[in-house]
Amino acid sequence: MQERFISANNFEQCQKCSLCETVCPVMANNPAYAGPKRSGPDGERYRLKNGIFFEDSLKYCLNCKRCEVACPSGVRIADLIQQARIDFARKAPKLRDLMLASTDQVGPMASAFAPVANFALGLPPVKGILDFTLGIDRHRTLPKYSGETFVHWFRKNAASSQAAFKRQISYFHGCYANFNYPQLGRDFTAVMNAFGIGVNLIDERCCGVAKIANGMIPAATRDAKHNINVFRASVAAGRDVITVSTTCTMTLLEEYPELLKVDNADVKGHISLVEPFLYKAIASGELKPVWKEGWKARAAYHCPCHQERLGLGIFTTELLKMIPGLELTELPSNCCGIAGTYGFKKENYKVSQQIGKPLFDSIKAAAPDFVVCECETCKWQIEMSTGVTVKNPVSILAEALDLEKTLELNRS
Amino acid sequence: MPKDFDVIIIGGGATGAGTARDCALRGLKVLLLEREDLASGASGRNHGLLHSGARYAVRDSESAEECIKENKILRSIASNCVEDTGGLFITLPEDADTGYGLDYQKTFVEAPSVNPRLIGAVTVPDGSIDPFRLCSANITDAVLHGATVLTYTMVTEFILEGKTVTGVRTVNTRTGETAEYHAPVTVNAAGIWAHGIAELAGVVINMYPAKGALLVFGHRVNNVVINRCRKSADGDILVPGDSVTVIGTTSTRIPFSECDHMAVTREEVELLLREGCALCPSLANTRILRAYAGVRPLVASDDDPTGRSISRGIVVLDHKTRDGIDGFITITGGKLMTYRLMAELATDAVCRKLSVHAECKTAETPLPGSADGRISSIIKRFPGKPTAGQKGAAGRQGDLAGKIRFDNPADCALVCECENVTLAEIKYAVSELGVRTLSDLRRRTRIGMGTCQGTFCIRKAAKALAEALGDPSLADKLAADYLDERWKGLCPVGWGDTLREMEFMQRVYKFEKPYSYDEV
Repeated sequence: MQERFISANNFEQCQKCSLCETVCPVMANNPAYAGPKRSGPDGERYRLKNGIFFEDSLKYCLNCKRCEVACPSGVRIADLIQQARIDFARKAPKLRDLMLASTDQVGPMASAFAPVANFALGLPPVKGILDFTLGIDRHRTLPKYSGETFVHWFRKNAASSQAAFKRQISYFHGCYANFNYPQLGRDFTAVMNAFGIGVNLIDERCCGVAKIANGMIPAATRDAKHNINVFRASVAAGRDVITVSTTCTMTLLEEYPELLKVDNADVKGHISLVEPFLYKAIASGELKPVWKEGWKARAAYHCPCHQERLGLGIFTTELLKMIPGLELTELPSNCCGIAGTYGFKKENYKVSQQIGKPLFDSIKAAAPDFVVCECETCKWQIEMSTGVTVKNPVSILAEALDLEKTLELNRS
Repeated sequence: MPKDFDVIIIGGGATGAGTARDCALRGLKVLLLEREDLASGASGRNHGLLHSGARYAVRDSESAEECIKENKILRSIASNCVEDTGGLFITLPEDADTGYGLDYQKTFVEAPSVNPRLIGAVTVPDGSIDPFRLCSANITDAVLHGATVLTYTMVTEFILEGKTVTGVRTVNTRTGETAEYHAPVTVNAAGIWAHGIAELAGVVINMYPAKGALLVFGHRVNNVVINRCRKSADGDILVPGDSVTVIGTTSTRIPFSECDHMAVTREEVELLLREGCALCPSLANTRILRAYAGVRPLVASDDDPTGRSISRGIVVLDHKTRDGIDGFITITGGKLMTYRLMAELATDAVCRKLSVHAECKTAETPLPGSADGRISSIIKRFPGKPTAGQKGAAGRQGDLAGKIRFDNPADCALVCECENVTLAEIKYAVSELGVRTLSDLRRRTRIGMGTCQGTFCIRKAAKALAEALGDPSLADKLAADYLDERWKGLCPVGWGDTLREMEFMQRVYKFEKPYSYDEV
């Protein structure tokens, strides 16, 4: 109760300018949602009086945080909404929400039976059953699971060679790179190694973003405390923590202290997304890339909502602009509509696709070879909705860099 | 429109409204005259504190007893106007000689923003009470029992037959229309203005205008009332009321000429803020929405120049025995908490004069809207899932919210998003609750009382009100008057976020006004 009053103390900076409403992707597509101003600062004043004023429609907020980026008064609108959901949405999470949210528990099982799981999850009857029984929309293409997790691959193929590098970092790979797309982890390792940097795995747990979104706060808090302790040990050993997923990063940096009340002040400055990390090091001359002769591609960059909230999109575009053969178009700022587990839910599917439409249209108009995006759930959404391949900037670097020559140059 | 009544009551504050109700319930034919709107004087310009009486327990046990008795009665008859927040008396180290150190550790759970330096706390049955709702509910019940209520109607003179008051002459302050009304008894319940009313009848009452200034903060920092346990002083009560927190008050003697044009001074704001921060340090960083002031209608009983040591006791004056003027009663002194008892005593005096034998029923009969005071059960009466606007209406109008017509979807749209006021509720207030201006509407619905102080909603409300009053061309004037009134309350606290809001308001409505109240 105490925290509620203290953390919420800045919401009346709201001047009612309503700028947040003009950028909210949900408000434009779902009339049942009251919008960020009313769900956030306005609603909070009455929720402080009596929990009866909590509105169910807060569940439609997809936590893209575009309202916070737009707010000229610095109100943490999306945090207010998330906090209210944590405090007042007393209903126990559904089985579906538990399954979608527990990426770190469902992942190992699905990976172990990946061929079967992927085959089954692609079958229309199975999707029909998931739709009917769990409320996971049948139109949704479900993420594929990899037969070999990244961690397994790393231990077998890369772990032993890392100590040879003069500089060392810890890699927070996240659930996605581990269970769904180990290639991203392999690309990350290749790029880092090329720059003469050794990669270390840490005893990480899921960042918890999906658990927060689905109301599983005690579990998320346990994981957060564990992760911060692991980061502390890493930082003490002189290894900064480098991440590849935008949303994991935002959760580690912002949601831990704001929503889970897990203090990260002492390690916050040592956690970085890979793009700003590489851009700064290359721009300062500390790391020297050698690009492949004749490598060419046309790409369109989609900046994920949380990347915008973190203010880090510019590092990605500037980093990509360093690649001589890459012709880069920046897409207009739009939400793709999936918002993690949000778009998987049957009740949100239609709105999710409506929200994404302007983005899908702009991608089709740009007709790139591929889309560049740091976020894995944006990738699922865009690939499913446009048929265009989405690549993480790290994977593009892994393609465009001449890894051997880069290593030679950075070893000396 | 009838001209002859059993009793004329002057003043539409809590006391006048309560007296009108009591008289009407006892079968009298009642006329109530109010020169502005209901609760537009001191009744609407206070903490909204449902006193436990503890404040007076040491020095004025009579007031303390009255308070706790009325406290219990109001909880049962006015449940829709009362919020049972509970209260605390906290002792700070600097007040150690007056305080008691009881079990105060749990204070931090009940009142998380309370000053952690406290060394003692006592729990008292305080609450908060919405004076606008209270007056309105009394008037609604009076009207249900046959009373006539005229707002914006000012008494200009008494009609005297010999030494007996037999009626009043009035002027409608909006239209200039004059009228005459007759009754064998007239009750002067005009608060501080009772002084001037009495003068009209050639009677002198020694009244004592004591200005009390208050500040409204943007949200509830606690859910309990916090009193400072020390000798009565400025700024030692902090009350959570609806969506805001109110700190007050000061006590300054002012001349009668200032009662109609009170301005909160910079010194008063600083003092209240300093004392408020002693109760809850987080107030230093909480946005202040506005400042306002009321005048206590104290009756002078000794020469104390501060007005603090005067008993807040109830004074009923029968001017026949006191001054030789028959048919004229003044009810004054007292406080919001004891309005019902004041009304009972005044009505008893009226009945004696009229030789009517009827029992007072106001202590047992719930006010309209308060038959079921719980929002949770009121909202169940709406079909489907209750909306934010319906929940808001249930909180404000109580079980009368069922009379609001939510069946037209366009009327369900929120007009005031700070306080969740729908067009439907506005229409209800205009048709049922005697609304003439947007300030009247604010007192009935809380419209424009939130963080934007009307910037976002008032034009929409002005249009709706002007249409309901039958003259759409009034809208601009209604909105401008309202914004003038809000501006007045914003000026004394015009810094930080409040100043940004003022700038925003100016830009939206394209007006330019001085930022200092002295120049307004």
